[in-house]
Amino acid sequence: MVITDELVAYLEKLGRIELDDEQRVKTKKDLQDILSYIDTLNELDTDNIEPLSHSFPIFNVFAEDEVKNGDMRDEVLKNAPESQDGCFKVHRTVE
Amino acid sequence: MNYEIVIGLEVHTELSTKRKIFCNCTTQFGGEPNTHVCEICSGMPGTLPVLNKKVVEYAIRTGIATNCDITTNNKFDRKNYFYPDLPKAYQISQLYFPICRNGHIDIIGKDGEEKQVRIHEIHMEEDAGKLIHDDWEDCTLVDYNRCGVPLLEIVSEPDMRSAEEVIDYLTKLRSILQYTGVSDCKMQEGSLRADVNLSVREMGSKEFGTRTEMKNMNSFKAIARAIEYEAQRQIDIIEEGGKVVQETRRWDDANGESYAMRSKEDAQDYKYFPEPDLPPIIIGKEWIESVKNNLPELKDAKKKRYIEQLGLPEYDTGLITDSIHLVRLFEKTSEICKKPKIAANWILGELLMRLNESGKTPEDIDFDDSSLGKIIVMVEEGKISRDTGKKVFKKVFEENVDPEKYVAENNLGLVSDTATLKPVIEDVIAQNEKSVNEYKGGKQQALQYLIGQCMRALRGKAPAQEVQKILKELLDK
Repeated sequence: MVITDELVAYLEKLGRIELDDEQRVKTKKDLQDILSYIDTLNELDTDNIEPLSHSFPIFNVFAEDEVKNGDMRDEVLKNAPESQDGCFKVHRTVE
Repeated sequence: MNYEIVIGLEVHTELSTKRKIFCNCTTQFGGEPNTHVCEICSGMPGTLPVLNKKVVEYAIRTGIATNCDITTNNKFDRKNYFYPDLPKAYQISQLYFPICRNGHIDIIGKDGEEKQVRIHEIHMEEDAGKLIHDDWEDCTLVDYNRCGVPLLEIVSEPDMRSAEEVIDYLTKLRSILQYTGVSDCKMQEGSLRADVNLSVREMGSKEFGTRTEMKNMNSFKAIARAIEYEAQRQIDIIEEGGKVVQETRRWDDANGESYAMRSKEDAQDYKYFPEPDLPPIIIGKEWIESVKNNLPELKDAKKKRYIEQLGLPEYDTGLITDSIHLVRLFEKTSEICKKPKIAANWILGELLMRLNESGKTPEDIDFDDSSLGKIIVMVEEGKISRDTGKKVFKKVFEENVDPEKYVAENNLGLVSDTATLKPVIEDVIAQNEKSVNEYKGGKQQALQYLIGQCMRALRGKAPAQEVQKILKELLDK
């Protein structure tokens, strides 16, 4: 896969970030390098290998259906960029 | 030209678990903003989700009740999108291996024949938070109480052909979700939400037309109206030689029209990948069997049991089983009073009348579920009269009073012990010599008059049968 300028612009849009020209050049190169490195894997024959999504042989880790948390709004809102009326306050965002 | 409407539904239902899907916060509806929120559901870095087992169990239940295959090897996937209703900037959902697939629900089709609506898949995911847009201050306030409430998304195939079929499908689906105890399906509170995918095509055509997706309908009536509107809108476009554009539209029920939403640009590009924070879930045969064996009684089975074992009339049974809320009250009431037929009569008589009068529906019932049973016991044991029972029920319905306390505090109980009644009745006999003689002379009407006098003296607080019995004993001596 080739990383194009258009693809970098598209990724900026999806990530809601804006890069300057210098960063764009660097990002394009970095992404291309990463993909080329990963491409090495394509040299292997994986025809009869099951796809793997998790590398540790752990499964069925559950919690029981019990409420253990109470109101911790004050603590949680300490992490908000800004807060108002008990809510996280962000830039106006409408679909 | 004749057109055919083609509809598929995506239904989201919030599960009735106590805990959220990945953290220890409550799923309770409402509450002050951000009071049901912790570091996990507010998306703080470095936190780890842990799956609520009940969510998996409820998904399996729903899958069994909708004739689906249950997936053995499950995993979650990360759906990335950048919007403040999800603080992690991704939703944990299932894309590649949904927990249930290939099911169906039977509905009554357009032509009156039974038909199948196929279920494409059911998957587990988390709900998002609520945004409040402040126009004045030009900012958005975010409440994450709903964030992380477990959801099932139930995706049908495009098998429906009219608003009626859609409503029938939704009614059946809601009944399944409520009877299995998986969701309370309160549309007003958003615990049942339907997105409608609709296209039109020339009758007989095999190709599908371009579809639109409609959101924001919060009642069955609104869904029916939105379908009629959207189908006509698409037909008009085609008749005028135009082309339907694939888009998401928002239904405005107040104005009876839909409008295109400003699309989240390129939002389709969710960059899904396997969720690394949650290990896979393996659902073996034993687990499925155990859920199957513990599946709550569904509507049709309940109906059959009410008719065959409890001896309720078919019509009454239908009225009760149409609402899970009436079913629950009926079963609790029967359990207390041990007389299901009488319980059914009270529910279909007094309760439905009160609901009607106040413009409420069974899901609004908010009195203690043991109250009606207690009232029936008091009436049946002769502790209060039937009329008093109805008055007490009115009070229970309106103010959720404790019926036993209310009867005691307002001295509404009937006096039925002979020791108390006898002197009063003797007194009446002494004062009504004429009627007593008439009765003894064989005039039955005189007895009725005497009973009336006794009841008056007792101010209606004695069971008439008991009074008559004592009165006759004294007179016939």
